[in-house]
Amino acid sequence: MTLTSKTSPATSPAPAASLAPSRGANPVLKLVTRILDWPMAGLQRLIGERRMPYVFLLPNLVFFGLFVFVPIAINFVYSVTGGPALFPSERPYVGADQYSYLFDCGSYVDPNTCREDHFWRGVYNTLFFSFFQVVAMVGLSLLTAVVLNMKIRGRGFFRAVYFFPVLLSPVVVALIWKWILQRDGLLNAAIMGLGGERTLFLTEPGWAMFWAIFVSVWAHMGFYTLILLAGLQAIPSDIYEAAEMDATPRWRVFWRLTLPLLWPNLIVVIVLSLIRAVQTFDEVFVLTGGGPGTSTLMVVQYIYETAFSNQVQNFGLAAAASVVLGIVLFALTLAQLAFTQRKSS
Amino acid sequence: MNIAHLVTARRNPKGWHWTDIAAYTYLVLGVVLMFGPVLWLVLSSFKTQASLLEFPPSLLPLSQKEVVVTGYPQPLPLFTVTMEDGTKRELAQVRRIGIQAQMVDPANPSQQFRVAIDKRTPVRQFSLATENYSEPLQRFAFPRFLANSVFVTVVATLITLLINSMAAYALSIYEFKGKNAAMLMVIGTLMIPITIILVPVYLVVTKLGLVNSLWAVILPGAATPTGVFLLRQYMLTLPRDLIEAARMDKASEWQIYWRIVMPLTLPALAVLTIFSIMWRWNEFLWPLAVLTKTESYTLQIGLNAFQGELQTQWQYLLAMTVMTLTPVALVFVFLQRFITTGIANTGMK
Repeated sequence: MTLTSKTSPATSPAPAASLAPSRGANPVLKLVTRILDWPMAGLQRLIGERRMPYVFLLPNLVFFGLFVFVPIAINFVYSVTGGPALFPSERPYVGADQYSYLFDCGSYVDPNTCREDHFWRGVYNTLFFSFFQVVAMVGLSLLTAVVLNMKIRGRGFFRAVYFFPVLLSPVVVALIWKWILQRDGLLNAAIMGLGGERTLFLTEPGWAMFWAIFVSVWAHMGFYTLILLAGLQAIPSDIYEAAEMDATPRWRVFWRLTLPLLWPNLIVVIVLSLIRAVQTFDEVFVLTGGGPGTSTLMVVQYIYETAFSNQVQNFGLAAAASVVLGIVLFALTLAQLAFTQRKSS
Repeated sequence: MNIAHLVTARRNPKGWHWTDIAAYTYLVLGVVLMFGPVLWLVLSSFKTQASLLEFPPSLLPLSQKEVVVTGYPQPLPLFTVTMEDGTKRELAQVRRIGIQAQMVDPANPSQQFRVAIDKRTPVRQFSLATENYSEPLQRFAFPRFLANSVFVTVVATLITLLINSMAAYALSIYEFKGKNAAMLMVIGTLMIPITIILVPVYLVVTKLGLVNSLWAVILPGAATPTGVFLLRQYMLTLPRDLIEAARMDKASEWQIYWRIVMPLTLPALAVLTIFSIMWRWNEFLWPLAVLTKTESYTLQIGLNAFQGELQTQWQYLLAMTVMTLTPVALVFVFLQRFITTGIANTGMK
């Protein structure tokens, strides 16, 4: 894989460097350029050249502030207030009630004993899903990356084949598989053709969870394969030459050389896929709707439904649950940073 | 010499190592597993409703052949019939009466037969049910969803490109007070996915009066840390003399950004454009939360709503799914290289 062939910095920037809009440019773009030049030059005269960086930074920071940082603060406010009102000023303060309601369980091992049993089912489903999904994801993408890194014909084609589902929307992915897994779908036809029994893949709890994991791995493994493949290709080849001189067996080369050298990339893949798995929502939601019953209900779906689609919209409870999820994600991100720091030092 | 030679000694005179065979088997299996489902979707989307209900399903879109027989106003369905003497004939069915069917020989309409229905099998031919594609475009709000998705994708991508490149420019070219704090803010937003701030973002959008408007989908994701990093990383590599020279020529800072830095950053902007198109076209959770009126649905939300309502009309649902994935497929076919290098370089998607 040529990593930087097209995106590497231009080495000969001279032609584009002229101040006039380039000759072939779109007239609309030219007009925009003219219109923007005047006020921005005026602004610069007004505030001085040294304050211009803030002007450039401002729009992005306003967006971040409005849609990320302010919401984080409001999220805490929601989680300590009650009632159905959307505006925080109309919501009575309830202290830690939302959290204690969420964590009110006879036994944390059994969701049935919890007051908010759907949340805990979501937690357990998400844990189960995340564990097996990450194991399968990392295992399969490592295997695929190693195979793609071999000297094979049509590598570009095979890489594309494994990668393309990454670009499909979750709704499309879920519908593709729903069509195959449905009662009269292709899979049942194949199984019955071979003399097997018809299975209701999406309405039997165990099968529904299995397919939720399968579909999610199918859709995303190409992404992790790509990261691992880039890592494999960055391993200097002289190491392998040395190993070959010593006639080291291949499995030993893989185990003793490839794997340790790939470890930093592997950590990134493990943590990244874990962070994403914990937030799983869309594919599973469209594929199974969280069902049958609550057997594939994930935490994010619980948050979404509590806040937006249940008959009584409970913003406070949803916010409390998302604070809990946020803390978990924060811990995972810190873990990733710690690992990558160690890698670079 | 690299791992490839080591793991597969294919060029080795000794011939194929078992790992080569295993690798190719794995890859071919992968092609079937990764590509098969999409192919099956596309094939199925061209089947008529009747043939979608068949079990087991046929591989290709087939439909029953019909013939026009003189004396009958409607075209009649054609069957292969096993006659009592064991011979087979192609006959058209006039009507079905219980377990009997009244058939006619298309070549000789005066000759009629009564046949037990289990003695006949339909004659089928390859045919594409293109009405699966044309009907949703007329009957449902599908064109509306399509227009909404295109609007969201285009406008959001333009805004993302503009404000992210401005921020990246400030963070790569200048030294100023608070630069580190700004960098930290950008990194901070990387850690906060929309999944954990759904409710408060909904509040902000409501306060801005944007609920059920497409701007509610466009604005919250417009500033992306990924975009800022991608562009900044690239701008850092641009030669500084160029910027100094422009300043000598009395270019304003905006002119430097818009007329010098932006054209030179085109490759990175291209990568961000592709990413942004993908994000926006495929976005699901946030639009699902904030769009509650059918006329403001994007394709993804519309498709999800359809799959609840049209459970029995898979022919439309499948065709709409194909239409939804087509733009992405085209982008992939033509720009695959940009996407894969972009991901390999940033580790993000």
